Amino acid sequence: MRAERLLTPASFLAITLAVIIMPAERSGWSFDGVISFLTAFATTVAIFSVFTLGLNVQWGYTGVFNFGVAGFFMVGAYTAAIFTKDPPESEFVQYVYGFGDKLDFIPFLASDQWLPFLFGTAAAAIMAGALAFALSIPTLRLREDYLAITTIGIAELLRAVTIEERGLVNSARGLIGIPRPFHDFFDPGDYKFVYFAIAVLVLLVLFVAVERGIRSPWGRVLRALREDEMTTAASGKNVFAFKMQGFIFGAMIMGVGGAIFAYERGSVSPDTFSPFFATFIFWVMLMVGGSGNNKGAILGAYIVWGIWTISLQLQGYDLPEVVKSRIFFVRDLLIGGLIVSVLLLRPQGLLPQERRVSIWAEREVRRVTRQRPQPEPSGADPPVT
Amino acid sequence: MSVLAERLTDTVGAALERFRHLRDIAAAVGIWAFIASLFLWFFLAETQLFAIGVIVGSVLALGAIGLTLIYGILKFANFAHGDTMMLGAYVAFFALTGLLAQNARQDTEIPFSLDSLPGSVEQIGPLSFGYGLILSAVVAAAVIALIVIGLDRLIYRPLRRRGSGIVIFAVVSLGLAISIRSVMMIFWGPSPRVYVTGIHPAERFDLGFTTIALKADQIFIFAVAVSLAALVYFVLFRTKLGKAMRAMADNPSLAEVSGINTDQIITWTWLIGGALVAIAGVLLALQAQLNPNLGFFLLLPLFASTILGGIGNPMGALLGGLIVGITQEVSVGIELSIAGQEILPLAPGYKFSVAVVILIFILLARPRGLLGSKSL
Repeated sequence: MRAERLLTPASFLAITLAVIIMPAERSGWSFDGVISFLTAFATTVAIFSVFTLGLNVQWGYTGVFNFGVAGFFMVGAYTAAIFTKDPPESEFVQYVYGFGDKLDFIPFLASDQWLPFLFGTAAAAIMAGALAFALSIPTLRLREDYLAITTIGIAELLRAVTIEERGLVNSARGLIGIPRPFHDFFDPGDYKFVYFAIAVLVLLVLFVAVERGIRSPWGRVLRALREDEMTTAASGKNVFAFKMQGFIFGAMIMGVGGAIFAYERGSVSPDTFSPFFATFIFWVMLMVGGSGNNKGAILGAYIVWGIWTISLQLQGYDLPEVVKSRIFFVRDLLIGGLIVSVLLLRPQGLLPQERRVSIWAEREVRRVTRQRPQPEPSGADPPVT
Repeated sequence: MSVLAERLTDTVGAALERFRHLRDIAAAVGIWAFIASLFLWFFLAETQLFAIGVIVGSVLALGAIGLTLIYGILKFANFAHGDTMMLGAYVAFFALTGLLAQNARQDTEIPFSLDSLPGSVEQIGPLSFGYGLILSAVVAAAVIALIVIGLDRLIYRPLRRRGSGIVIFAVVSLGLAISIRSVMMIFWGPSPRVYVTGIHPAERFDLGFTTIALKADQIFIFAVAVSLAALVYFVLFRTKLGKAMRAMADNPSLAEVSGINTDQIITWTWLIGGALVAIAGVLLALQAQLNPNLGFFLLLPLFASTILGGIGNPMGALLGGLIVGITQEVSVGIELSIAGQEILPLAPGYKFSVAVVILIFILLARPRGLLGSKSL
């Protein structure tokens, strides 16, 4: 019992130490090197946390089984890119629209540095939400695994479309040279800190929004749905409508994640949205962190991305050739094995689901218990199944 | 007046209700007529691709039969099935050639493999391979069956005991899919391989209105797939084991209280499913190539075939596999324009997307599948 309680802080500490010490050792203990490595690492964690938050809304709270995060990710990233890029100039680069020059319509406040990005992010959320809406019609009334199979298929279908349709988004070569927000205000060397701040800000806003939404009466219906659809339906709630709303809300969050991913990378290409990288890894993050817990979703992103980064860092060490040439595959095996063992040995994840129904009810309970002391309700809860 | 109207609507409503089964029959006739005319058109317009589609479809069907048995009896979507299929192909490759990847460019060979048996690579008649490959396929079927039974004992059984939901099973199987894929990459490298190198000429067949070219290997693939499907049919519908399996698919608790050893049935299900999918993998690699990345993409046509035929219905999976395989092959060759707009052929990159479109159509029109999901 005691050892189990230490698991979460211990894994957090181990990952933190590893991502600080390994680059420090490899860069010859240079302070700047470590700081810049850590900034890049933390920015990616913040961006990926957005996806795990979105997935948590869908699976952790609503019980909607989305195996095609890649599709929403891709729609968000490409929409954001198209909204901020200028129209294509040479005939070798072909894509539709390119709204960047039209969206900068406020003539002052240096609006070209932020206005198109706001529109791009909003459009990314709307497009991802629209995709979720369209998908929910044939699948949400059926058993949950149908949705999983459909979303996995749609993600692949969309990827095939981006590659095959030449004039749409520049096929397999992808879009490069996506502008970055507030880029002209800062020294290029310092820009990574600015973007880190932007990513953390977006994550915080979404985190608060999700926490608020989930604690609201609306969120309570979603969680009730997840626990027991029949009972929720019997209480007079429109199961289909609530499931759809949860699915769309989560998809919109993923769209925003796609947008900030595109602005961070400065380029998007179909390769990024492979089922492994763009879907599976978010599921691992959520399951490791603990589904049904937003803090767990972020912690999971941190731990899994930490493992991912560390295993790449190992490449710089003196490993036997057999392992070194296969480091990518070994890493994939590690991630695949991780999720299987987590679900077998600790299905609730590192941070178990909070059994909080409503903050009001909880205050009431605290008030009552203060009046007449009662034993604490146990924190550990049944597995997430 | 209004009373009359009310009575009239009641009568009409009751009549509609009474003839409801007629409406269902009409819908079924419509769907079957649509499919039949579509495939007649496919056959007449693109006979060559239709023939290739039948071969690819029969291999898909073999994989889908295993998937649908697991889906029907264990009640979860096994996302590792496509990668298991590819692993079967690689195990056969290893048994035949004994090759393992050393690094990106070189292979190492283990001292003994089946191709060192006397005469094992000599071509059998018009086929491109010798009896070594057939032996390797049998070895692969046995090894894969053992692996999936082992994984069931180690991973799925504890989850079953705990009463985990289908989503947890699906996520675990996806984790296994990723692990199996990386194991293939680790042992045999990411680049595609083939069993037998060289060019093998196709033979021409005159059908009267057109001629088609097929390789002897392709006819072999079809023959093996069809005979294995027939064997599964025999086991399911003519043996006591099959009866128990069908009972369990229908109602696991009732099967258990009737004295059926459910654990044993689950083992048999994995054994049959694993062996079938391994042989399907070998046949697929014989028709195309060995490629560790293919496993995941195979999931889409496999699931489309399973759901198209009705989950848990092996004959449905056979039909579904053929429909998906033929549509997939023909759609990249057949020409169709509507109002001057070219719709078909599709670009080759869309081959696997065809399965997704079929899947969505069937979910909208008939989520229980063409043959219904309860007739296992």
